[in-house]
Amino acid sequence: MTAVEFCGLDILCPMHLVLSDTGHVRHAGPTVKKLRPDLDLTGARFLELFDVKRPRAVTKMADLSALAGTKLHLQLRDPPQTELKGVIVPGPMPGHFTVNLSFGISIVDGVRDYALTSADFAPTDLTVEMLYLVEAKSAAMEASRKLNLRLQGAKIAAEEQAFTDTLTGLKNRRAMDHIMARYEKWGTQFGLMQIDLDWFKAVNDNMGHAAGDHVLQTVAHIMVEETRDNDTVVRIGGDEFVVLLPSAQEMGDLAAIGHRIIERLTQPIPFAGKECRISASIGVALFDPEGADTTAQVLDNADVALYASKNAGRAQLTFYEPELRENVTEPASRSA
Amino acid sequence: MHGLINRAIQCFVTDTYGTETWHAVAVEAELDFVEFEAMLLYDDALTPRVLDAAAHLLHRPRAEVMEDLGTYLVSHPSVEALRRLLRFGGVTFVEFLHSLDDLPDRARLAVSDLNLPRIELREHTSSCYSLFCYSSVQGYGHVMMGVLRAMADDYGALALLEHSGGDAGTEVISISLIETEFAEGRIFELGARAG
Repeated sequence: MTAVEFCGLDILCPMHLVLSDTGHVRHAGPTVKKLRPDLDLTGARFLELFDVKRPRAVTKMADLSALAGTKLHLQLRDPPQTELKGVIVPGPMPGHFTVNLSFGISIVDGVRDYALTSADFAPTDLTVEMLYLVEAKSAAMEASRKLNLRLQGAKIAAEEQAFTDTLTGLKNRRAMDHIMARYEKWGTQFGLMQIDLDWFKAVNDNMGHAAGDHVLQTVAHIMVEETRDNDTVVRIGGDEFVVLLPSAQEMGDLAAIGHRIIERLTQPIPFAGKECRISASIGVALFDPEGADTTAQVLDNADVALYASKNAGRAQLTFYEPELRENVTEPASRSA
Repeated sequence: MHGLINRAIQCFVTDTYGTETWHAVAVEAELDFVEFEAMLLYDDALTPRVLDAAAHLLHRPRAEVMEDLGTYLVSHPSVEALRRLLRFGGVTFVEFLHSLDDLPDRARLAVSDLNLPRIELREHTSSCYSLFCYSSVQGYGHVMMGVLRAMADDYGALALLEHSGGDAGTEVISISLIETEFAEGRIFELGARAG
């Protein structure tokens, strides 16, 4: 059989090799030649070109020819060590064997490594369609990924907004509930302050809402400055604030922070050429994960302490003690 | 209409005439938004409104704008992926022409809810063809004219194209192939990564 006579095989399976019974290459299909363009494959020993990975222990031609019809996992011995699938059958001439090869799953790398074109595959081969699909699906996935990223960004922004007090930029009550639930679940000890502004209503009534808003923004700024990054300042109502302080678990630390806040809030706040004068009353309680109180009860404890501060004449800071409850007439109504 | 199609129109206007022009088109077409999402579906009525608005604001006939859109889809670097997908249709321009009948199926294979208008190639002689375009969007034939013109360049073929009108919903393009290897054409490697 001459090279011309392999013409039919070259078209039907351009990635084939015809071997003699000694295992030497008699003919290589046009696409196989492209895998090793600098090498004359004709006359080379098949098993010196290819390593048979599976089935194992194929070392001579007799082993290989015995595997006629089964799937072979092959790898080129020289770099690039492309892995190929193959199958060997007897023919086309007596005493000869034909091995047909394909890239299998490594096709995407294969076409790039060897600069293959559509003409290198049989017209009936689905490789080109598969490459089309890989590219089309990647492009579609990329578009979907971008959409997901944009949606995720919008979701984060919406959540951020849902947890933020828009006037002051502080966290709101919903955010506080989430954070306290997290501390309770993780067993994080933290200090809690309930802070009420004193005489804020007078500022609002006498100087207008613009002045009131300015005061609230200034107060928010001061509270954030006086606390640490991992503390949370919350505006839970008109002039009511809560500060969660996982950084300050000692009474002494909490007292120092609270007194500094009162001191700074007592300084007059300039607005439109006038001065707004307010102060703050603070109630402090501690959440101890080992203790019996839930975070909701700790919030209420701080409220009781706050009420005591107000009764003691404003600009005061009080630590919660169970005895305080006996002196309080209506603690529950305040948090409503 | 699929977001991919609307998004393609948006990218065409933005890349060719600038973001401000696109924003003006979005306002004139009463979109209530400026960004089409490629992977969402939109009301069919939006697409003709966007095309009319673009033609009006650019002071050009809609047919011309649509043909430019077709050319853009194949030749602009920012949509290189699409040119590559079209080149998978065939090794030569003639093979590519014969693959056009499969275009809607190929598109659906990639994005299952993307329904492209049906097109049909009729071969009169080996150098003379008609392409029938069946679309509810008037002027789709002009988009295909632009696509074919740019693809002929891409393959290095010389072809004369003529939009021969048609009834409502059907447009016909006459294709005369002068030379299949007129110029070099652009390289197409199976293994190249689309940008």
